[in-house]
Amino acid sequence: MDLALEILTWVLLAGGAFFSLTAAVGVLRFPDFYSRIHPAGKNDTLGVLLFAGAMLVECARYEYSWLVVGRVLLMVLFMQMASPIAAHAITQAAWVSGLRPWKKGEQPR
Amino acid sequence: MSLGATTMFFGTDIPTLVAGVVLLFSILLMLVRAIAGPTVWDRILALNAIGTKSVLVVALLGFMTKRPEFLDIALVYAILNFLATIAILKYARKRRLG
Repeated sequence: MDLALEILTWVLLAGGAFFSLTAAVGVLRFPDFYSRIHPAGKNDTLGVLLFAGAMLVECARYEYSWLVVGRVLLMVLFMQMASPIAAHAITQAAWVSGLRPWKKGEQPR
Repeated sequence: MSLGATTMFFGTDIPTLVAGVVLLFSILLMLVRAIAGPTVWDRILALNAIGTKSVLVVALLGFMTKRPEFLDIALVYAILNFLATIAILKYARKRRLG
């Protein structure tokens, strides 16, 4: 049982690290701002979810108190709401300011 | 660690350490975009993502060192990160914060 929880922690940590890393690579390599929104808005949110799952399993393994579990849940709830809202606000501000999406054949910027 | 399946390294288990290092590396990649971003919106986006990852790093640090009090700091970081993004956006759009 302990080994199963440990392997579950590894899998969740590996998934979270993978999605965080792909978010960073996407933000670094995509050609324009509106395509960079996608990894930053979605992969990051899923990475937070997977990391929080790993933390919850750690809480179960080390028998932390319920306050710790509540804090992890509070953090993941807030991040799941705040991260897409922030991405949406940045996109709306960029669109209102006059930035237009990149088209194929143009210079990447 | 009753079964000893995870090798310990300076008091922390290696998968958590590897995940933390990967998070720090992705913060580095985001920092490149925040410095090189052609528009101000790219920089704000990269800063927001760096804030998200730093929340995760702080929370993981708490679980690495078996001190879950770090989660309070992570919560404060999350709230500050969101509010700072909104404030910077407002400043970038209206050139004032009032």
